Amino acid sequence: MREGEDFLPITHHLLHVTEMKNELIEGLKEALRRAATVLPADVVRALEAARDREEGPARVQLEAILENVALAREKGVPICQDTGTQTFFVRVGTKFPYLDELREAIPEAVRRATEEVPLRPNTVHPFTRKNPGDNTGRFIPYITWELVPGDSAEIHLLPKGGGSENCCKLVLLTPAKGIPGVKRAVVEHIAACRGLPCPPTVVGVGIGGGADLSLKLGKLALLRPVGTRHPEPEVAALEEELAGMINALGVGPMGLGGKTTVLAVHIEYAHRHPASFPLGIVVQCWADRRAHVLISPKGEISVTGDA
Amino acid sequence: MTGFEDPSHVTRYASRRLRMKGILRTPIAEDEVRALKAGDVIYVSGLLFTARDEAHKVLLERGEPFPLEGLALFHCGPVVRKRGDGWEVIAAGPTTSMRMESLEPEFLRRFKPRVIVGKGGMGEETLAALSEVGAVYCHFTGGAGALAAQRIKGVREVHHLEELGIPEAVWVFEVERFGPLVVAMDAHGRSLYAEVGAAVETNLEKVLARTKEG
Repeated sequence: MREGEDFLPITHHLLHVTEMKNELIEGLKEALRRAATVLPADVVRALEAARDREEGPARVQLEAILENVALAREKGVPICQDTGTQTFFVRVGTKFPYLDELREAIPEAVRRATEEVPLRPNTVHPFTRKNPGDNTGRFIPYITWELVPGDSAEIHLLPKGGGSENCCKLVLLTPAKGIPGVKRAVVEHIAACRGLPCPPTVVGVGIGGGADLSLKLGKLALLRPVGTRHPEPEVAALEEELAGMINALGVGPMGLGGKTTVLAVHIEYAHRHPASFPLGIVVQCWADRRAHVLISPKGEISVTGDA
Repeated sequence: MTGFEDPSHVTRYASRRLRMKGILRTPIAEDEVRALKAGDVIYVSGLLFTARDEAHKVLLERGEPFPLEGLALFHCGPVVRKRGDGWEVIAAGPTTSMRMESLEPEFLRRFKPRVIVGKGGMGEETLAALSEVGAVYCHFTGGAGALAAQRIKGVREVHHLEELGIPEAVWVFEVERFGPLVVAMDAHGRSLYAEVGAAVETNLEKVLARTKEG
């Protein structure tokens, strides 16, 4: 073997890796831009349906929301000045070839998007109050990694605003209260939130698991397109019932009164400990911003606004 | 989708007929705002200045940088970008007004802005000060930062920028048809938030009574 013979393929590999990382950064940056500036079609449809059934101040709010959504899309500017905490849910195949590159690309894409979209710098050190200015920090961007069989990767982006995040709640129900207890707790909580989370909201409900898992399930429930039902009829029925109960409260768009307080309720569940019944209530504002990225084993990246 | 067909459990405010009251131009006179009622929809043209909690404190301590009487006060921390010698407003949605509750009554009495723009509403002391001074509190759609920025035609001046930073500084915007603004607290002691809140409490009891815990 001559000197340098095995050098060449290594260079190629490195080159390929660097290119792949850059492509991932660019792809993810585009997904972040898309999430911040283009509201998914399912959310727009739900808001339009809400506008059509409302009157008075409630309708005025929805018209302003839809005008704002159209303007942001047309001009490529953020839908809301609170561009949220950048949150990633990654389902990665155990044989996915670019795991290192992906791991490094995510925070770098957030830095670039902050500069270029631009996104509001939203990461503050809780002790020193210092803001690094690039939307990164300790544990942020927040990434949930899930291993799945296969060789591709799927990423859901959920940039979540502070106003609605402040309305999330963990309730540790007594198991005897059961599903009726879930209904009461969710409806009472959304009533108490009034206009704070910028309704009409999408409510993600996580049932079971443990304290942390129930809230995580609530957030995972938000990744589904608005209004799609859980595949299990019992869960789907509860989603419909809760939406109906909440909309009968009359909180309305922005808390000014009206028929539409939630666009949808989505539920996910996990098995629970016999002695616990955790309930995670996650509230998402009307600007239910999401994006979806698929990466094939060949390195092809596709970005869409819809999950 | 279910849950939208039962008007008996919906507050009456949503079905009230809208009173479109047109455009108020700054400086806005006291009698113009006293003529407004909760539920009216207005737009503002002219000068709008921003002030969050820090700016409220600074102005109350050191006085107004220019006459604020008759102008519109906006609870907002905008996203702005330097462009040449001037500024470009990227997004400028409202922030939660309740944070200014302890400072607003005195601010209203001293500087007499006639229209407050924010989101989420304010408390009883501000409601009383609105009646006393002659001013209204208007709700601008939360999150509609792009729409607000589009109605801002230019930045006239900015005060206390060095000291307070971009979101907290006092920005003076030239606006055209800024809105839609729903008069949510009027100068006659009415607050839509209080009324909707009471209705929601009643509705909550009915909803829970229909689905008793099993």
